[in-house]
Amino acid sequence: MERIPILRMGPFLLITIQVDMHDKLAMQLQDDVAQRISDWGSSGVLIDISSLEIVDSFIGRMLANIAAMSRVLGADTVVVGMQPAVAITLVELGMSLPGVRTALNVESGMELLYGTLGTYLGAAHDRSEV
Amino acid sequence: MSNLGEIISRNEEAIRADWMKHMTSSVQRADLISKVELEEQSKDLLKAIVRGVSSGQPDDPSGPAWSTARELLQDISASRARQGFTPSETATFVLSLKQPLLAVIRRDLSGSQDELFDAIWKSTALLDKLSLITIETFMATREEVISRQQQELLELSTPVVKLWDGILALPIIGTLDSSRTQVVMEELLQTVVATNSRFAIIDITGVPTVDTLVAQHLLKTITAARLMGAECIISGVRPQIAQTIVHLGINLEDVITKAKLADAFALALQKSGRTVVRVSGAPSGNAVTATLQKEG
Amino acid sequence: MTVVKSEQLPLQSSTDVVAARQRVRQMATELRFSLVDQTKLVTAASELARNALDHGGGGQMSIEVVNGLSRMGLKLIFEDNGPGIPDIQAALKDGFTTGNGMGLGLGGSKRLVNEFAIESEIGKGTKVTVVRWK
Repeated sequence: MERIPILRMGPFLLITIQVDMHDKLAMQLQDDVAQRISDWGSSGVLIDISSLEIVDSFIGRMLANIAAMSRVLGADTVVVGMQPAVAITLVELGMSLPGVRTALNVESGMELLYGTLGTYLGAAHDRSEV
Repeated sequence: MSNLGEIISRNEEAIRADWMKHMTSSVQRADLISKVELEEQSKDLLKAIVRGVSSGQPDDPSGPAWSTARELLQDISASRARQGFTPSETATFVLSLKQPLLAVIRRDLSGSQDELFDAIWKSTALLDKLSLITIETFMATREEVISRQQQELLELSTPVVKLWDGILALPIIGTLDSSRTQVVMEELLQTVVATNSRFAIIDITGVPTVDTLVAQHLLKTITAARLMGAECIISGVRPQIAQTIVHLGINLEDVITKAKLADAFALALQKSGRTVVRVSGAPSGNAVTATLQKEG
Repeated sequence: MTVVKSEQLPLQSSTDVVAARQRVRQMATELRFSLVDQTKLVTAASELARNALDHGGGGQMSIEVVNGLSRMGLKLIFEDNGPGIPDIQAALKDGFTTGNGMGLGLGGSKRLVNEFAIESEIGKGTKVTVVRWK
């Protein structure tokens, strides 16, 4: 089955979503991200949605879930590149995605992740002690 | 009532000629529509009326047999509205058909008083209903033109200004309703992407009142910008506005607000890791005093 | 309004939902809707198609190009023969801003379109009709 590829960039994961996802693909992505964070001990997840022309409530929830789940696993998530029309529609739909950090593009997203890297390294460290 | 259909078809030419004659110069508006076009429309409408009147629902212009007549009237009315005819001129187009029609009915049914009265009543009621359709379409079209013009005006009156690298300013002048908010959001967000700006200062000095609805519109804009990765700062909050916001219990917890645009700008600079420094060697007040003292 | 063109698509799987929204996107583009209006309509279509599938047990979507008073529009009809919605008023209230995932997306979808109508009968099914004007 096709999957959304997850690239490893040092301490971070980079996911570029370029296809119109059906529900199963989205669920698979959630599982894969959790697995990868665990496998590689990643401390950050960057999700690039600049190619997505539609984000409905299901995809919105997927993004929120990935962010929440990653946090529990000690990683920070940043969603980047949301298109203006998509942002306007999501707001109208009633989704504000609280708890999901955002940035304009991959570059700013990385800066954001590096900026908070300090705190999260600490958290991961504690976790490994347990 | 099928009688009426026959009566009209039999006398179609005569009715039409009479109708054209009865259309006063105000309805004809030779400056806005050609005589040929007017005659075409009259011919088509009369034929459509015959079809409707000869159908199973001669009295109800909203039924399917009347769809041709309805569409014709709607087209005629909409184009009149756009061209600049008045509502009366447009409705009179239909209403001036009454006299020619009734004249023909009176002549053809003069034998029977009951039939005559029935036909007169039905055709009057029918033409009234048809002219109402005309008026409604006219109003709807006019409103559409007005709202489109308003839209264009809105787009012109919400410029997005680049204050610095990555910092935008959006001064809003006037009321903020839902249609304006749409325009504002689209402009702002597109500029955010185009200029890669992380900060947008929305200045509301020029917004007369901020009630719950306006606050909702502002919050929508802020939320949309945030989803894209840009942060909004609201500036130009007047003391009265601040009081209204608190009084109405509007929750602006997640929003940074500043009284002055300058303060908002300073904050955006700071948050983007910049400070403003005075270049050394530049003239200052002290230098002037020093010169005076030396000479004194 | 008069119907100029009409098409039917099945909603029996999650790939059907994607195909449905892509078709709506295509037709909205052909009709030259603005980008934001397109996005809103396609997103609403996605929500409602998914509802028909997940809550209605599968159904179909009809797309109609309609002619209104001097403007064109797209009308979408989502029908399923599922259990129906017991409390439509409650369903129209937003459910998922609280993040519990139970919202049917009806309230949100309603805000994305110009006209919205819903009929539902317990045990018989649900029909949602929406229109977006250009």
